[in-house]
Amino acid sequence: MDNMTKEKIDEIVERAYQRHKHHNPSQSGLIIMLQEVQDEIGYLPREALEKTSELMVIPLSHIYGVATFFHQFRLRPRGIHTITVCRGTACHVQGSEDLTKLLYQTLKLKDGEDTTQDGLFTVMQVRCLGACGLAPIMKVDEEFYGKVNAVSLPKILSKYRGESS
Amino acid sequence: MNLMEPCCDKCHNTLANPCKDYIACRTEGPLCHESAECKAKLAEARDKLINGNHDLVIRIGMSTCGLASGSQEVYNALKKELDLRHIDADLMRVGCMGHCYAEPLVEISKRNSTSVLYGQVKAAAVPKMIEAYLNGDAQGVMAVRARKGTLKGEEGVPIFEELPFNKGQYRDVMVNCGVINPDSIEDYIAHGGYRAVTKVLTQMKPEEVIATVKASGLRGRGGAGFPTGLKWDFCRAAKGDLKYMVCNADEGDPGAFMNRLAAEGDPHRILEGLIIAAYAIGATHGYIFVRAEKLQMARRFMTAVDAAQRYGLLGDNILDSGFNFDVEVMLSAGAFVCGEETAMISAIEGNRAMPRPRPPYPATSGLMGKPTTINNVETLAHIATIILDKEYFTKVGTERSKGTKVFCLAGKVTRTGAAEVPLGTTIRQLIFDIGGGVANGKKFKAVQTGGPSGGCLSEKFLDLPLDYESLQSAGSIMGSGGIIVLDEDTCIVDTAKYFLNFTTAESCGKCTPCRIGLKRIHETLTRITQGRGTVEDLDQLKSLGASIGNTALCALGQGAPNPTLTTMNYFRDEYLAHIQEKRCPAHVCADLIAYKVEPSLCIGCGLCYRNCPIDAIRFEEVFDEQTKEVAKKPVIDSEKCVRCGSCFAICPKHAIIRE
Repeated sequence: MDNMTKEKIDEIVERAYQRHKHHNPSQSGLIIMLQEVQDEIGYLPREALEKTSELMVIPLSHIYGVATFFHQFRLRPRGIHTITVCRGTACHVQGSEDLTKLLYQTLKLKDGEDTTQDGLFTVMQVRCLGACGLAPIMKVDEEFYGKVNAVSLPKILSKYRGESS
Repeated sequence: MNLMEPCCDKCHNTLANPCKDYIACRTEGPLCHESAECKAKLAEARDKLINGNHDLVIRIGMSTCGLASGSQEVYNALKKELDLRHIDADLMRVGCMGHCYAEPLVEISKRNSTSVLYGQVKAAAVPKMIEAYLNGDAQGVMAVRARKGTLKGEEGVPIFEELPFNKGQYRDVMVNCGVINPDSIEDYIAHGGYRAVTKVLTQMKPEEVIATVKASGLRGRGGAGFPTGLKWDFCRAAKGDLKYMVCNADEGDPGAFMNRLAAEGDPHRILEGLIIAAYAIGATHGYIFVRAEKLQMARRFMTAVDAAQRYGLLGDNILDSGFNFDVEVMLSAGAFVCGEETAMISAIEGNRAMPRPRPPYPATSGLMGKPTTINNVETLAHIATIILDKEYFTKVGTERSKGTKVFCLAGKVTRTGAAEVPLGTTIRQLIFDIGGGVANGKKFKAVQTGGPSGGCLSEKFLDLPLDYESLQSAGSIMGSGGIIVLDEDTCIVDTAKYFLNFTTAESCGKCTPCRIGLKRIHETLTRITQGRGTVEDLDQLKSLGASIGNTALCALGQGAPNPTLTTMNYFRDEYLAHIQEKRCPAHVCADLIAYKVEPSLCIGCGLCYRNCPIDAIRFEEVFDEQTKEVAKKPVIDSEKCVRCGSCFAICPKHAIIRE
């Protein structure tokens, strides 16, 4: 989705705006608008923020401020599958730090990188997925995996590698 | 018939002209006319909801924890098996009963037969399970609901309510979880739902509702423990043409999932509490603010709101009372600080979620500057019971902390899950009686309560009652009710560092004590875990922590030093071991440990060798003491090793040891 044209992005933002312009005051519809735009594009490209600013008549700086404040928003493209690793307390004491390191190594991600070279996986860390009883928890797209360990991790990944090849 | 539909032409309830007896009519009707036929129709609809459409009813827990343990595959297997056998049965996706350790959990019941529960069900075992149950055999059953004597061998199976995990529990919030279909408003009503709203709207003045809640002693379950009735009273008294009622479902504490569980299992109970709260304070518009990370919870709320709107329990002139109230479900984009009232308001308004100084409190100037009440999910879930049967709520708890609280047991505990117990239950009862003690026979070290603003308590606090004041007196808080058990393999300094890492990253940056102070604490703790700390650091941490606690703008900052302060207080020796002996007693802190291969356990598979990111592992000929043979085994070069732990994590035989 890297190469989505500006026209296409504008169209997506415009549609989201039509759905949410009824909010009063209008700015209270900003977060849901950004969420829906991100759902469609996968992330929030600069053009989408600019179009939102223009339609909602809110300074781009404010929108950028909101988009960078919340964890859910991404300003960079993401891979085909999103791996979400839970870094909550229960997961931490059950070894999610080692698991996360192992995941980054397995996917050959260096410091600061979150998407694999082939664009297949993007890794995100979240605060807590709330399934603490089955820690450590991982999610690939919408699928949950509990009690993940070094043995089950490669099996989970290969499931998604197989799908796309 | 659908329980929500009119019984016959005589029913005059419509959205435009609602009937005040609409809910009462569903459960004991018809009320406006005499008709044996209509009465039978309604009774049959209720019976189907309570006992199932078919003789055989299978319930499977499909909330997030169930899904994480593979309940979707079990569901598919059950469906396939029923199809193969041409059996018509109700296969219900229900919420979670709190037994995370036993997920996926399946309950099978048959009319006039013993209902049974199976724990840790594997998809492959489903055919055998169904076969055995249909043949009247209790093989593989974890527990029975009640003994009816229809199954072979059921005498030997424990009764569900008597399982160690259930003993000592007292259910109010979770009473329907795992029992009803959370996406069905009919099911909730058949189980007594929306009777409290009916009572409030048709028989009580807002002041009476507030007085009832005040008298119950209910205190906010989100953490601070502010009396709910008083909060409502302030908002009711505030002047304003428009008022807002907000449900805080932005459960952000890591290790806490009671709100998710309640909302995924019984969303209408929370919605009912929200409607009653709105009536009490005089709000016409409401929000349910849900964390987007917990998507399933948000979806359940949306379905519940849709249904309530469709049947006139939200909207204009609810139950012909003249009361108008509507609700929007809003997805929080994820920020821990949103749990703070004023930050949440800021987020709903479309801003960065930054708290502001109080007063003015939201009760007088909240959302869009209007009087606003914000209540936690669990607080609202208690309201219906308080209205209908106050005794049930008040008869448990302590003098100052009435009722029950759902605690989430996680970490190094044998039975993980959510348990609803009377306030005042001791930590020991919760962890050892209900939770079954520390997992894998390890030694108890500490318990972390209250999330990132809470503290770590040592063994000497095990008999502390779980209530607001007791936990506070020990330097921790009850918070939302997360209970994380730490064992001897958990490093206490690392745990404190983990929380500071969390709060530093989650600090909104508005006030200096939190923005800069927490960073300094985190740096100091990092130094200590690297073996570069000094004894003076401990004094510094203590004074810095106290200053932040006193000066930060909101509860996030004020509570953030607690994990550090409590651990320094109760585990000073472990800090000193890191500082003076450069040793991590739990073998966790990477800079203070070394990895070695234990040749007697090693099978020479080479996984560690292949996974070492810096090629610090090579194969050497090693003499094995046990087999008296020379074999090629991996050896870790401690000079090169960066202690990433990947060999430790990947070794299938646990042959890599930490020293």
